[in-house]
Amino acid sequence: MKQEQLTALLKNIVKEEKRILTDKVDLYSYSFDASFGVHVPDIVIQPKSASEVSEIMKLANEHGVPVYPRGQGTGLSGGSLPVNGGIVLDLSKWDERLEVDSEDMVVVVSPGVLTAAINDAALEVGLIYPPDPSSSNVSTIGGNLAENSGGPRGLKYGVTKDYVIGLEVVTPEGEIIRTGGRTVKNVTGYDLTKLIVGSEGTLGVITEATLRLFPKPQATKTMMAVFDDIVYSGKAITKMLSSGILPSKLEIMDNGSIKAVEAYEPLGLPTDAEALLLIELDGHPQAIEDEIRSVEIVCKEAAARDVRVANTTEEATELWRARKLVSPAIVREKPTKISEDATVPRSKIPDMFGRLKEIREKYKVDLVVFGHAGDGNLHPNIIADKRDQEEMRRVEQAVEEIFKAAIELGGTLSGEHGIGTLKAPFMEMELGEVGLDMMKRIKDSWDPNNILNPGKIFPKAGQRLVLTNG
Amino acid sequence: MAELAYEETFDCVQCGYCLPACPTYLTMGKETHSPRGRINLVKMAAEGHISYSELEGPINLCLGCRACEVVCPTNVQYGKILESAKEVIRENKRETKTITKRAKLFQEFVFDKAMPSKKILSTAGTGLALYQKSGLQKVARKTKAVNILPENLRTFEKILPTVEGPTQRKKRAEHYPAELKPAFRIGFFTGCIMDTMFSSINTQSIKLLQRAGCEVTVIKEQTCCGAMQNHSGATEITKKLAKANIAAFEKYEFDFIVNSIGGCGAQLVEYDHLLEHDPEWVDRAKQFAQRNVDISVILGQLRLPFEKKMNKVVTYQPSCHMSNVQKRVNEPLELLKSVPGITYLELPNKNMCCGSAGIYNIVNYEESMDVLDEKMKHVKKVSPEVVVTTNPGCHLQMKVGVEREGLSERIEVVHIVELLAEACGVE
Repeated sequence: MKQEQLTALLKNIVKEEKRILTDKVDLYSYSFDASFGVHVPDIVIQPKSASEVSEIMKLANEHGVPVYPRGQGTGLSGGSLPVNGGIVLDLSKWDERLEVDSEDMVVVVSPGVLTAAINDAALEVGLIYPPDPSSSNVSTIGGNLAENSGGPRGLKYGVTKDYVIGLEVVTPEGEIIRTGGRTVKNVTGYDLTKLIVGSEGTLGVITEATLRLFPKPQATKTMMAVFDDIVYSGKAITKMLSSGILPSKLEIMDNGSIKAVEAYEPLGLPTDAEALLLIELDGHPQAIEDEIRSVEIVCKEAAARDVRVANTTEEATELWRARKLVSPAIVREKPTKISEDATVPRSKIPDMFGRLKEIREKYKVDLVVFGHAGDGNLHPNIIADKRDQEEMRRVEQAVEEIFKAAIELGGTLSGEHGIGTLKAPFMEMELGEVGLDMMKRIKDSWDPNNILNPGKIFPKAGQRLVLTNG
Repeated sequence: MAELAYEETFDCVQCGYCLPACPTYLTMGKETHSPRGRINLVKMAAEGHISYSELEGPINLCLGCRACEVVCPTNVQYGKILESAKEVIRENKRETKTITKRAKLFQEFVFDKAMPSKKILSTAGTGLALYQKSGLQKVARKTKAVNILPENLRTFEKILPTVEGPTQRKKRAEHYPAELKPAFRIGFFTGCIMDTMFSSINTQSIKLLQRAGCEVTVIKEQTCCGAMQNHSGATEITKKLAKANIAAFEKYEFDFIVNSIGGCGAQLVEYDHLLEHDPEWVDRAKQFAQRNVDISVILGQLRLPFEKKMNKVVTYQPSCHMSNVQKRVNEPLELLKSVPGITYLELPNKNMCCGSAGIYNIVNYEESMDVLDEKMKHVKKVSPEVVVTTNPGCHLQMKVGVEREGLSERIEVVHIVELLAEACGVE
């Protein structure tokens, strides 16, 4: 359908004209996200109610126009890209509802509320919303729900799906349904809530969510441990967890990341160390005071060459600074960052590091590794230059091999970024033909016209990983 | 021939971390008016997907506050990308003759002639002082004669500061010796608009520096910093002014060149970026830039002879160019907190621009007022007696904000120098 016709029809649904974007500059501004590729939509709509979304979906079905829900476009797998043109639903402006109920310990939110705003509101009444993707200051809860985002606190607190107990969803055919409710326990029928969470906007548009909140831990304690051998750091982690201590965060940086950070801003990190662990404990002040000593001993027994415990909040911030600087540090030489999130069982972390080292050498790519060591969710990051086609081909091969390595070690393609367009070609490798087909059948029954977020999760015939534009 | 900073756009990984920091993304509500969106559009224009005239709207509506640079995890040089776009758009308009001859002549007159000219500005200032002192302002307001002005100018007419008359301004000496061996020898940078509209603040600045033990010289050869011109894409004019200032100050042996103008200071410390492709000037520019500091930096290092307790509830609206370009975040704040009797309350989201942004509030009046309304929500939450600023643009804009909210009776807007001067008994 022509853009003008579509616009005219949509104007009957969305009365405020400023929420309908059709200018070329606007369309180009919604043609990308934080992943790869440029796909210009025909129109961008900023809906503000479930009934608007419902009408839009009905219209889209009637005329066969694809629809792509979008938060603030911070996704790393291409989940929101309008790959076949059509309508982008920018849900980030719909942020009116943010109601904390401290008695039920839940919060009800509109899809465009920022993830960090939920935690801030919870903190005001002594509660927390634990999922903390590093983009939480920017990302919307709608996007987090669609992608089932994780974050450093995943080890102890789990990920987004562990906090969702109820949803309002507009189905691909435009019906408004409610799943779950306001109770922690609910076994009435299929758990559609959990099906929708992580479905990457392919099964429905989330228009409202009810999320669980947790009591705020009274205190936190941070520590850094440096290891000459990555295997030792793995042993320290296993020992720590088996001694009954569950850190709230457990992050690892490899030699490449340490060197990059030191070159960027000297913090006095040992540039010859193979691994650096950052550990945060939370809980009762006396309990964690005791636990941090045990962790210190465990690390030393695992041949850590240096252990530093932060005594003040300032010192803790200083220790975390190393991790925070990884991103700016690694893009100094070359600008393009391919951030992967292949995840392996915790015991296989040292093996995965070995495989990544081989991949780095085989394809001559600049690969650094950091990430959430506690739950095996590593972030191998390849630094390249998008303009160098030859280098990008090598990167594509390296990424493909990273996926293979993760699956061979009993892990998964994606721990927290989602499949989107980028990882779709590898789905069968992990799930098998039948496994993937069962998922496709669910998609087909929910969205018979393949209107909602087409081109995601499921590969097209012969689809390959492409990291270059155009 | 100007070129878009295309290569620099590749430094943006499009993570979106800049979105919450961008005032226009907040008020206009679409990617097109976000830093990430604008960088992408510059890239798209360089690749020929959109035209320069399509690029113009989103670029012109950027405040240039550069808050995005501070939060960017990959250090994208947004300022450079923005300025390249402005220059290219300006050049393109000249070539395609889409700019009217009158507009062109007016711009050239203001940027190239009026602002760098003491004489013209002084005449304008005298006119303003006359307008205020002769009672004409009162008459104009009473008879509603001001209403013939367009809304944006009418708004600013209301909050204009009381301008020093020409005799007062002429009274300022060129040399202010230190009582003892000078702590620092200082060349004072007066600015052009500042020295017309807020010349009393300049005078107070000089006296405060002197009281703190500095020797201060106001050299006559100095000229406009070129910031406004640069923000409008008139890069060549800015370069000319930069060279004039560098050459003027080089002749003296100052420890520091000091100003009380957040925005001008930002331009002065970036002269080396501006002249980076000019081998004859780049090193001289670097030396000049390194010696330029805001007054709060110097006063913070010295001891001010406070005489009076201020006993006021004060909040602080930082100048974006002071924080994000000069990177002076703590100095003005620490100095403010050192004033005896002050109760300091932090303004929520204080790093958000007030919407003044050079001449943005005149050119893009409505958009600027939307940003200001957001800012005033926070001011009302704090409900201070005084709002402290460090830049004349912010100063006027915050006054407009207070006026718009009908709070003029309760909230006073001052430059930090005025507050310090009062506390030190400086006239």
